[in-house]
Formats: sequence, C-alpha cells, structure tokens
Amino acid sequence: MKRGKGRKLITYAAVAVFWLALWQIAAMAAGSELLLPSPVSTAKTLWELMKTGRFWLSLGSTLLRVAAGFTLGVIAGTLLGAVTASVPFADALLSPLRSIIKATPVTSFIVLLLLYVSPVRTPVAVSLLMVTPIAWANVSKGVTGTDPQLLEMAKVFRFSRMRTLKSVYVPSVLPHFLAAVSTGFGFAWKSCVAAEVIALSRNSIGKALYESKLYLETAELFAWTAAIILISMALEALLVRGIGRLANDKR
Amino acid sequence: MISVKNVGFAYKNSVTGEKEKPVLSGFSLDIPEGSAVCVTGSSGRGKTTLAKLLLGLEKPDSGEISGLEGKRVSVVFQEDRLLTWYSARRNIAAVLTGSRAENAALTDELLRETELTEAADKPIRELSGGMQRRVSIARALAFGGDLIILDEPLKGLDEELKRRIVPRIRKRFKTILLITHSADEAKLFGCEKTIKLD
Repeated sequence: MKRGKGRKLITYAAVAVFWLALWQIAAMAAGSELLLPSPVSTAKTLWELMKTGRFWLSLGSTLLRVAAGFTLGVIAGTLLGAVTASVPFADALLSPLRSIIKATPVTSFIVLLLLYVSPVRTPVAVSLLMVTPIAWANVSKGVTGTDPQLLEMAKVFRFSRMRTLKSVYVPSVLPHFLAAVSTGFGFAWKSCVAAEVIALSRNSIGKALYESKLYLETAELFAWTAAIILISMALEALLVRGIGRLANDKR
Repeated sequence: MISVKNVGFAYKNSVTGEKEKPVLSGFSLDIPEGSAVCVTGSSGRGKTTLAKLLLGLEKPDSGEISGLEGKRVSVVFQEDRLLTWYSARRNIAAVLTGSRAENAALTDELLRETELTEAADKPIRELSGGMQRRVSIARALAFGGDLIILDEPLKGLDEELKRRIVPRIRKRFKTILLITHSADEAKLFGCEKTIKLD
C-alpha cells in the first residue's frame, strides 16, 4: 500500500517536472518575459503577490462569490432536478429553460446581467447560472434512474415518504449529485472569474487579471492564473472528498 | 379467505401503450387462512404477476381479488431488492416502525433465525448471494403480517439451510403463498394445495 502511494507520488512529480521543463524551454525559446514568463519568474511573482494584502483580499472576495453562486446553483439545480424528474408537466414546462441556459454563451450572460445587477453581484449570478443546469441534469438523471423495483419494495413495506426519500432516492441520486458538484465547481470558478474580468468587480481576481493584462505584467497574469488553477483543484478535491465522507457517515 | 376470482391481466407495451397478450386470463385461486398454497409453472406463466396483483402493485384488468382488505401482506420478492448501500441489519430494520429498542431486539432475533448474526453489519455488497437471500427473508419476517408471498424464496440456499429456515418462516406466518419451480420446496413448506399455471 505504502509502496504504491510512493510510486504514485513519484509519477506525479515526474509528470510535473516534465511539463515545467517544457514550459521553461518554451520561455527560453520565446526569449522575452513579456511574451512568455518562465515558471521560475511566475513562481517568484506569485510569491511576491502572496505577500500583499491585495492578493488575499481579491482571493477572499472571489472565493466568497464562487461559494455563493455555486451553493445557490446546486440548491436551485437539485430542486429543479427533483421536481422535473417527478412531475412530467413541470419537466415539459421547465426543460426549455435548461436548454436555453446551457446553450447561451457565458459572455452573453455576463453582459446581459451587467444591465440589471451590480458588477459585484454579476459573478455570483453567472456562477449560479452555470451550475444550475449541471446540478439539474444530474439530479434529474439520478431520480429517474432510481431502481423501480426498490420503489415497489418501499411501497409494499409501507415506507413513509421521508423513509423512501432517505433510504431509496438519496443514495440513488448521490453519485450523480457528486458528479454535479465536481463538474459544477470548476464551472462556477471559471465563470465567476470571467465575469469579474468583464464586470471589473471590486476586489477580485478577475479585476487583478485584467489589470495585469492592461499594464503588460505578463508574469503577474501567469501568477494569478496559476493561483486560480491551484486553488480550484484543491477546493474541488476537498469538496468532493468532504461530501463523499458525509454521505458515507449518514449511511 | 383470500380469493382471486377470474382474474385477467396484461402488461402495457412501454412503447405503444397498448395492452399485450394477457399473462393471466380467467385465473382463480383461494388461499384459506392458516394454509400454505403453492403456485408452480414454467417461466412467463404469470406467477410473479400474480404476486404483484396480490401486493397491489398492479390492478387486474378483469375479475377481482378479495379478502385482503385491511390485511398486511409481506413478501420475499423473486429478486432480493435490498438497499445495497445499507448493512443487513439496516435492511431489516428499515421495514420496522416500533421503538428503537423493540426494533433492535427483533432485528437481532431475525438475524439469528436466518443465521446472519456474523454478517449483520457488513454492507450488502459484501454478502454472498445466499446471504443476501436470507436478508430478504429476514426483512419479510420483520415486516410481519397476515399473509406472506414467497417468490422463489430459497434460491441460492443449500439443502441443510433450507431445512432449518423453512420451519422458522412457517412459525411466523400461518398463511403462505409460495411461488416455486420446485416440488421439493413445496413439500418442505407443507403446501396443502398446489396450483399449476400453464
């Protein structure tokens, strides 16, 4: 077991070294920090940024917006998924809405929302709109995919509605819900930052990215992007692991 | 007396929505209280459909079923239909509505009767086919009631185990409808009457 873990770590490290080396070679070939900063200068810039209050304020504000949009999107999507999977009329009525949200480019939403919502709230609303259809589709798939034989069993053994929900539906929907959480979080994060870039939301990673581009601070642009990727990956892993553990405890 | 009189039933085609060829037609059966009745017949003759009609999961197209009003009907389905995310213990307790202490005592008793005590807290996925069958039997015993429908209940159990389990089922249920392919199992349950579905 330990040996397997060690081998895995070595593989990860080797893969990381490979890509960093490739990046370094490309940066050296470009020959200009303005065009393509090296991984070392990106890391240095990130380290310098981390020493400033602006970095943590922007990070904290963006995280709050992502968390708000993601949570609201998951709640809305779960409710809509459960309702449309159980009531055919609701499905007929609401499914065009899901198709429209899914087909609309994120930039259209951002520009449209800026007409009605403040630049600070636009990223929250955009994240919500990106996450809702993902949670909706997954939860709906989980509910309709619930084993009909188990539902018959619940009926024959006179399970209450609450017991049927807790013992049959929730465990059946859970894998789909976790998939939605994992995919949705990435979408929420990316769309929130995109909205911040366009809306120039106060104290945000998006605004910091935009300003780095405006003042041709390419290394800073790369440092912010690296921070976004690292935090997104870490939070997604934590979230999925946390929900998985919670679900196992409840069983 | 539970009576099935001239019952006809056909499933709906899931694509066209039209009724298919009847599975049961003009079928009649009486199950006197306190007796064990056995239904045999080859596959596709409507044995499981009959169980579904008695459980109220399907409604007959014609004829009537009487004598079940206000009665509690327990079942061992042909498939185990267990909550695979729960342990054996929780699957049994899931059908109980008493106090926590009563439920725990009855669950322990049934785990002993079905010889599952050692496997009580293992997830269903880790149990063998025969053990899962016994959980399904224990759950039906836990639910209790006036009639038990047993659809191939001894599938996957060895002969010795069958001989030990059957009297325990008979002790808890006086009125039994056994659906089986096996004449030996019908004998083991001491069926007073055997109906062949052709």
